[in-house]
Amino acid sequence: MKEPEVTLELAMEHGLNEEEYNRILKILDRTPSFTELGIFSVMWSEHCSYKNSIALLKTLPREGGKLLVGAGEENAGLVDIGDNLAVAFKIESHNHPSAVEPYQGAATGVGGIMRDIFTMGARPIASLNSLRFGSIEDARTRYLFAGVVKGIGDYGNCFGVPTVAGEVYFDESYQGNPLVNAMAVGIVKKKQYASAIAKGEGNPVMIVGSSTGRDGIHGATFASEELSEKSEAKRPSVQVGDPFTEKLLLEASLEIIKNGWLIGIQDMGAAGISCSTTEMSKKGKSGMKINLDKVPLREDGMSAYEIMLSESQERMLCVVKNGYEDRVKKVFEKWDLHCEIIGEVTKDGMLEVEYEGETKAVLPPFDLVLGGGAPVYTREQKEPSYLKETRVFDFSSLSKPENIQEVFVKVFSSPNIVSKKWVYEQYDSMVRTNTIVGPGCDAAVIYIKGTNKALAMKTDCNARYVYLNPKEGTKIAVAEAARNIVCSGGIPLAITNCLNFGNPYKPDVYWQFTKAIEGMGEACRFFETPVTGGNVSFYNESPDTAVYPTPTIGMVGLIEDLKNITTSYFKNEGDLIYLLGEDKEELGGSEYLKVIHKKVAGDSPQINLPVEKLLHDSLLSLIKDDLIKSAHDVSEGGIACCLAECCIINEEKMLGAEVKIHIITRTDFSLFSESQSRIVVSVSTNNKEYFESKLKEFNQSFTYLGKVGGESFKINDEIDLELNKISDLYYNTIPDIMNSEK
Amino acid sequence: MFRAKVLIKRRPSILDPQGKAVEIGAKHLGLTNIKNTRIGKYIEFDVDTIDKTEAEKEVSNYCDKLLANPIMEDYEFTLSEWTPSEKEAK
Amino acid sequence: MDSFGERSEMRKPKFGVVVFPGSNCDHDAFYALHKVLEFDVNFLWHKDTDLKESDVIILPGGFSYGDYLRTGAIARFSPIMNSVIDFANKGGYVLGICNGFQILLEAGLLPGALLQNISLKFICKDVYLSVENYESNFTKGIKDKIVLNLPIAHGDGNFFADENTLKELEDNNQIILRYSSKSGNVSNEFNPNGSLKNIAGIINKNGNVLGMMPHPERSCNRILAKTDGSLIFNALVNNIYN
Repeated sequence: MKEPEVTLELAMEHGLNEEEYNRILKILDRTPSFTELGIFSVMWSEHCSYKNSIALLKTLPREGGKLLVGAGEENAGLVDIGDNLAVAFKIESHNHPSAVEPYQGAATGVGGIMRDIFTMGARPIASLNSLRFGSIEDARTRYLFAGVVKGIGDYGNCFGVPTVAGEVYFDESYQGNPLVNAMAVGIVKKKQYASAIAKGEGNPVMIVGSSTGRDGIHGATFASEELSEKSEAKRPSVQVGDPFTEKLLLEASLEIIKNGWLIGIQDMGAAGISCSTTEMSKKGKSGMKINLDKVPLREDGMSAYEIMLSESQERMLCVVKNGYEDRVKKVFEKWDLHCEIIGEVTKDGMLEVEYEGETKAVLPPFDLVLGGGAPVYTREQKEPSYLKETRVFDFSSLSKPENIQEVFVKVFSSPNIVSKKWVYEQYDSMVRTNTIVGPGCDAAVIYIKGTNKALAMKTDCNARYVYLNPKEGTKIAVAEAARNIVCSGGIPLAITNCLNFGNPYKPDVYWQFTKAIEGMGEACRFFETPVTGGNVSFYNESPDTAVYPTPTIGMVGLIEDLKNITTSYFKNEGDLIYLLGEDKEELGGSEYLKVIHKKVAGDSPQINLPVEKLLHDSLLSLIKDDLIKSAHDVSEGGIACCLAECCIINEEKMLGAEVKIHIITRTDFSLFSESQSRIVVSVSTNNKEYFESKLKEFNQSFTYLGKVGGESFKINDEIDLELNKISDLYYNTIPDIMNSEK
Repeated sequence: MFRAKVLIKRRPSILDPQGKAVEIGAKHLGLTNIKNTRIGKYIEFDVDTIDKTEAEKEVSNYCDKLLANPIMEDYEFTLSEWTPSEKEAK
Repeated sequence: MDSFGERSEMRKPKFGVVVFPGSNCDHDAFYALHKVLEFDVNFLWHKDTDLKESDVIILPGGFSYGDYLRTGAIARFSPIMNSVIDFANKGGYVLGICNGFQILLEAGLLPGALLQNISLKFICKDVYLSVENYESNFTKGIKDKIVLNLPIAHGDGNFFADENTLKELEDNNQIILRYSSKSGNVSNEFNPNGSLKNIAGIINKNGNVLGMMPHPERSCNRILAKTDGSLIFNALVNNIYN
């Protein structure tokens, strides 16, 4: 097969710029072959190289705490949870593939993140996801939403990992560019985790799993460009997921890792064989010689370029200890999977690729990869002009609503607030029989078999806050995730992040990104929750709008004793309801402002990290003393929505409440303010004095609100609604929208 | 009236996990000569017009926009003319 | 001993849990039966034919062969299934859960078929089940419990049978479980998937093969605050050995 001649023009068609092309010429001291150009282009794409983000990401706290493996060292971070066990977790985006083909895009997103976890030798125990769509009133949004949910469900359900928590937001800014972030959590024995490394001259290199087709060729560069009409033409690069094969791959991989027959193993995600061979070689300071004739192919007539760049799913690259290849093969055969030796580790530090009797590429892995010779840029930044307008918004100009109850009904039935049961009932949330608290509460709680412990996990990000104040908004995302973990009785351990932003070459986007990283770093250092890794997704823009900057935080916490597990809903009639923390009447970026006044304006709520930390410590201490019956954090929709949720989250036993909320200036402001660092708890009357004295001892501010009981939800003299009415709003809003023929 | 018979298949370049798994079943049955199983969809419907060109256009449209997923599927169809009997026409 | 429901001292029965490629509730069944209920349990690999002297065979939930083509259709031709069919025909006890139920139907050990849920969506939640027959060896002795609370998690749980088959099932008292309200009211309102007559579980004529869509193995552990599933396993063991 004749390969095209490589020129600057061809390089630019591959998404490389002139500077980068000249850099390649300098590294090689010659013109690259077509195959080599392809490899460079995918390895230096934003998706693989993090070229516009890595400099900033390195400022995040990436060690300390109980971190065993830090960010960027392996496929996922690893945190010590005692009992000789470690938890591996990571979040990743699949935004662009999901915008083009929602079902397969979301499904392969789940598949990819699962492989990151089990290539560490960890068995995946839970799946989470964070989704953003345009307005649910729009038919295209409903198509994308339904397709993404089905894709996530079908993949996870078949693969056999429970989908236990997540978040879904609807906002016009995501119209045309939905966000699909998938997170996976796994558990591994501390000393048994596998590394993504190639070393030891002569050790065989194997490709295992599915055969290789033309799927997703240039998927990595595709993910690094803005969605435009052109993306339509790139449609054939969509990959198809096969959860059944991945399940077999999981079992086979864990079996060979456990037996200690491997040197290293890496998932083939973006940039397929190119990425796995170079990254593993670079990590081991080794080289690799591979022969593509040995790669099992699904299609005829594939070129070396296509094989190197294919993103066919459900494949892994393994470096096996010399002499163990037959044993490894036997395991894969048992599971009806392909397993072929395609080459060996060399010591000359070069990646050499042969195909059909020709040498197709000879490249230095170091220069190709992130952390090696891949380009690193810091872009120009400039504060976006919209902030000048949003910051000076005058809240006193808002008309005072006459009927607070009507306002409550509208805010509480916002698709962003109501139950996402329509979504999570499509996910198997119970398989593996560890799910103690499933979807619908503040954080999911997953039992760790053989111990008296559990893991709490959650994803969080209010992107409106980040849009209005990237630094403060991102601090809030971290704080809120931690607050959710604490509400379930857990101690925050570490975070993973999925940074969804627009085009980094636009100075205002890069400014948002920079500020978000600053805020995240500050909050993570404060809570001692290091960043274990994650993913950056730039170019989330469509022709009309840029998405809100959305740095999704995935957090995992440890519940040290099962008796500390706490849920968000009221438990018994007569219990006392308290608010921990204080309201400051902050309406900027609130759901109230958006739903009632159709505005996204103001500054984000402010967060005081020491105040937040005190709240966490106080609540955890009270939980340990068995004083807390329920705990639910105040977030979107303010205290009014928070209290209503406490009444009805447990559908088997809904309980009314009658509370008095102190009004600072205006009823609508106080009821729907989204001030941070607030948690609603319920306490047995017997424990009233002890509970209050403990809080005073901690110097934790608190307010008594009222009592649990009755068939109605009552606030001051403004709201009096039957439980049936609010539960109807909460549980039926999304099904009604999705089932209506619009 | 035309009867349309539409056959939808995944494009040859797109993985068909179903076909792959079904073929393992064939092996269990001892059917060792079975190769390259790929699973598609067969759809039938009527097109109420006497103009064949119009019928073709409408069926293509139906396939492009709804029946097939143009991102990963190809389709082919046949049209055969028939006259509904009075009873069926009701 | 962590046990639920009444259980007298007895010979330890042996369970065999079949592992098909794509089974994903096999480990859950193993854990519930072995670690929680303390029975002897072996995994049985689909390519083998040896049932390892099991007294009860469990066909677990999951997506055998990805549930591609039809649920259970490919697994039914696994080598182990010939042994399971022989075992069942000789009166051996077989419990098919979810995907296992689907495999039993494909294998002809139970009548009827499971279609896609009427909502066309996968559904996962806890449901209430009215126990319709207390005479079977899977249910005898749990009479004080009129309604069981068990999880379902399936995309194809919509039971269908033709009129004659349904009549036969009813005449022979082969319907074991129906979806119901908390108080045992069987009506359409409590039907999660469109199943004919709210059917959630049926037994064969001889009473030794049970297929059910709900997951008893997910409901055996106090830590998860769900234990109704253990009633079925314990009833079976009690009734076989006493």
